[in-house]
Amino acid sequence: MTTEVKGRFGRFGGQFVPETLMTALQELEEAYEHFKNDDSFQQELHYYLKNYVGRETPLYFAERLTEACGGAKIYLKREDLNHTGAHKINNALGQALLAKRMGKKKIVAETGAGQHGVATATACALLNLECIVYMGAEDVKRQALNVFRMELLGTKVVAVEKGSATLKDAVNEALRHWVTHIDDTHYILGSALGPHPFPTIVRDFQRVIGDETKAQILEIENRLPNAIVACVGGGSNSIGMFYPFVQDTDVALYGVEAAGQGIETGKHAAAIQGGQTGVLHGAFMYLLQDENGFITEAHSISAGLDYPGVGPEHCHLHETGRATFDSVTDEEALEGVKLLCRTEGILPALESSHAVYYASKLAKTMSPDEILVICLSGRGDKDVHTISAALGGDLA
Amino acid sequence: MSQLKEAILSTTSGGNKAFIPYIMAGDGGLEKLQPTILKLQELGVTAIEVGIPFTDPVADGPTIERAGERALANGTTLRKVIETLTSFADKIQVPLVAMTYLNPILAYGVEKFAEDAKLAGIRGVIIPDMPLEEREIVHPALKANHIALVQLVSLTSTSERIERLTKASEGFIYAVTVNGITGARSSFASELEEHFKKIQEYTDTPVLAGFGISTPEHVKSFSDFCSGVIVGSKIVDSLVADDWATIEELVKASKVTAVK
Repeated sequence: MTTEVKGRFGRFGGQFVPETLMTALQELEEAYEHFKNDDSFQQELHYYLKNYVGRETPLYFAERLTEACGGAKIYLKREDLNHTGAHKINNALGQALLAKRMGKKKIVAETGAGQHGVATATACALLNLECIVYMGAEDVKRQALNVFRMELLGTKVVAVEKGSATLKDAVNEALRHWVTHIDDTHYILGSALGPHPFPTIVRDFQRVIGDETKAQILEIENRLPNAIVACVGGGSNSIGMFYPFVQDTDVALYGVEAAGQGIETGKHAAAIQGGQTGVLHGAFMYLLQDENGFITEAHSISAGLDYPGVGPEHCHLHETGRATFDSVTDEEALEGVKLLCRTEGILPALESSHAVYYASKLAKTMSPDEILVICLSGRGDKDVHTISAALGGDLA
Repeated sequence: MSQLKEAILSTTSGGNKAFIPYIMAGDGGLEKLQPTILKLQELGVTAIEVGIPFTDPVADGPTIERAGERALANGTTLRKVIETLTSFADKIQVPLVAMTYLNPILAYGVEKFAEDAKLAGIRGVIIPDMPLEEREIVHPALKANHIALVQLVSLTSTSERIERLTKASEGFIYAVTVNGITGARSSFASELEEHFKKIQEYTDTPVLAGFGISTPEHVKSFSDFCSGVIVGSKIVDSLVADDWATIEELVKASKVTAVK
């Protein structure tokens, strides 16, 4: 279904970057094509994923959540149990190993919620790479804990005060840094976004989620799930989960975007449902923008979904109808947090809570002999202050 | 031959070097656009690069980014810039070169943009986030309206890319002099002269140097091995300070009497 011609997924994707980056992207593509098929690289990656990250992660039957929803049997893919607490480490580690093979000694990255920043800082500490992370000043405030974690790991965190001071502005600065230090630096992009080959590389390093899920559900249930639900910001956990199932057309794929305060209010981050096609950060994709082609601010309670675009492969899955995209508001995501805490004793990240809430509604419409898998992309410890404030508490 | 290339060649054939100042449209208000362009024209510049502000200008350094933020805060859009330019197009004698990121053009509509830009006196377009590989998105419409699509060549471009870029570039070749973003710099890599020679090998289209050029000395030293220069951040700063003396010095440095 998903085609890749010159870095395109259907009409989405491409390489819309300054000329200075074109040679670096070409080098990256060549290096990646080489190491992707290199046994020693794959062995090294597998070694760290198993012994360092703690893979494979469980596919857990959420019995009490299933009962509470009253419908399909719900399984959770527990990416929250990875080292550093989210799926982001899969890609950060893969790209850091790739950078090392390419002879790059320095890493630059952007981060929104701080999960990708922490994952990258972690991989860089492990592999002895110098690391600098750009983070929107607003996010630095919202995610102080993760800023401190990155600094402890030896990474330099730079707060970006420009524009909306969130993830998109952090990407701008990371790209500028990369352009200026192209000789010795690799850019570890954290989501399935950006110019080719990033969306493909990130998806390939994240597909371990879907590959494991497929093997696990076949072993437990001896059949594929009827539906899979994942949250979509840039779309890295969701594309990693979806990709191995794209050819299995009986498996319904649901991507859940952040509706923020509601799509009708304009304060949301749902690029597919509330945006138009355009070019940002190297790719043609759905974007939040005004009639002049200026990028507008995304809004979500979850810093990790607070991005005005969405990965090109998701745009293509949407356009071909292979995946269904819907959205969940801030308030509903908080319901998702409470639901999973109280039924399963699991505190999900605010990002993943969007998927939890959507799945809880979807499960009700399905029969008890059907199976639904939720990609629980991260744990919610980082969000306790935000959640407390949103629920009227004063933890902060 | 494009009007833009013609203007540059007629400058260089007289022994002078081409000088293209960059201005950010809407910085200080769109009402400043007409007097600024007309005054630059009087100073004898070869062409004028008119920057269109964008929310996410990844190729630009702090000076031009801040100018863009000020212009956006004034409500400047591609549409308003084109309207303003069109209102005094009969007074514009030098070719204008629009510098805009791709998304505002896509939102405007590529065909409509090319038609309206022509009426506004725009004779060249630079799109910093659109590499050679994607140029077919805009090239047919620009060509139909006799607007040159200028390609950037960077220090990191391989020989194979340099050849393709220089052959494709229309009007002039925009040779980026540093790895990085726009903005003033004190020094340049020593291998620049070689780089420029390599670029000029493939084409008779004039090669102009840009990014980081901020003093009359820079202008003169680049004049030794290319057809002229583009000065951005320094012009933007000088316009904010209303410091026309500095701008005059820079333009003068490109003239025959000043060279050597």
